[in-house]
Amino acid sequence: MSTSQTTTTEHHPALAHQFDSMEQQQEASTFGMWVFLLTEIMMFGGLFTAYLIYRLKYYPAFVAGSTSISVSWGFANTLVLIASSFTMAMTVWAAQNGKRKVQVWLLLATMILGAAFLGVKAKEYYDKWDECHIPGHVIGKGFNAWGGCSATNKSLGNIAEEIRDPKEHGNPNVTEVSAEQTAKQTEIFFSFYFAMTGLHAFHMVIGLGLLAWLLLRAKSGEFGPAYYTPIELGGLYWHFVDIVWIFLFPLLYLISRHQHGV
Amino acid sequence: MSDQSHSHPTPGLYLLILGALVVGTCLTWGIAFVDLGKWNPVVALTIAVVKAVLVILFFMHVHYSSKLTKLTISAGFFWLLIMITMSLSDYLTRTFLPQ
Repeated sequence: MSTSQTTTTEHHPALAHQFDSMEQQQEASTFGMWVFLLTEIMMFGGLFTAYLIYRLKYYPAFVAGSTSISVSWGFANTLVLIASSFTMAMTVWAAQNGKRKVQVWLLLATMILGAAFLGVKAKEYYDKWDECHIPGHVIGKGFNAWGGCSATNKSLGNIAEEIRDPKEHGNPNVTEVSAEQTAKQTEIFFSFYFAMTGLHAFHMVIGLGLLAWLLLRAKSGEFGPAYYTPIELGGLYWHFVDIVWIFLFPLLYLISRHQHGV
Repeated sequence: MSDQSHSHPTPGLYLLILGALVVGTCLTWGIAFVDLGKWNPVVALTIAVVKAVLVILFFMHVHYSSKLTKLTISAGFFWLLIMITMSLSDYLTRTFLPQ
C-alpha cells in the first residue's frame, strides 16, 4: 500500500475528513441546522399569515372559537414547554462541561416535560371532541348522521353574533349572516386550530424521537467537551418547536379573550 | 461583549432567561383578560416576540455564534416579515375604498 499521506496528528473520532477542525465541523453543522429551521419557520409562517387573514375576515366566529378553548391548559402547557427548553439548554451545558450523568438526567427530564405537553394537548383535543367542535361534522361525541353535533355549534354561532359590532348591521358592505352561518365559520377557526397545533404536536413527537436517540448516544458516553454537536442541534430543534408554541399560545388562546369571558 | 465563539452561557444565565420567560408568560396571560381593544393582539405579540428573541439569542446560542449564522438567521426572519406584512397590508386595506 503506497502511503501518499500519513496523518501524524491524532484527531477526534467524530471529525469527518472534509473538515479541518472540530470547530469548523460544528460551525458547518449549526449553520446547516439553522437553514433547515428557517424553512420550518417559513412553513409555520404561512399558517400564521393565513390564520391572521381569516381572523380578519371572520372575526366574530374566530372570537367565539378562540374563547371556547381552555386558556388555563394552554397557559400550563406554555410553562411546561418553557421548562423543557430550559432543561434542554442545560443538557447542552452539561455536555460542554463533560458532566455525562447530569446530561443524561437532563435529557430525560426534557423528554418527560415534552410528553407532559403532548398529554395536555391530547386532553384538549378530547374536550373538542366532547364538545363537537371538530370541523366537518363527521366525528365527535354524540354525532349522528342527522346533525347531532350542530346544536353545540349553534351556541358558538350565537356567541359570535353577540360579539359582532352592532354598527356592522347597518353597513351595506357587510353581508348579514345568521347564527347558523356564523357557526359554520367557527369551523374555519377550528380547522386552523387543529392544523397549527397538530403540526406543532407532530414536531414534538419527532423531537421526542430525536431526544430518545440522543439519550442512547449520551448514555454510551459519546458526548463531551470536544464533541457535542448532535446535542447542540437536537437542542436547536427543540427550542424551535418551543418558539412556535410561544406564538401559537397568544394567537389561538389569548388575543380574542378580552371580547368574551373565560 | 467580545465576539468570541468559544464562550458559553452559564446555568445562572439560563435560569435568568427561564425566569424572564415565565414572567412573560404570566404577563401575557394576565393582560389577555384586560380589554385593551385593538391593542390586545399588539401587546400579546410583542411579549411573544421578546420571549422568542430571548430563546433564540441565549437558549439557541445565537448571541455566541458566528456573524455568518447571525446574518442568515436575520435574513430568514426578514423574509418571514415580508410574507406577513405584504399579505396583511393587502387584506387590511381592501375595505378602505368604496366598492
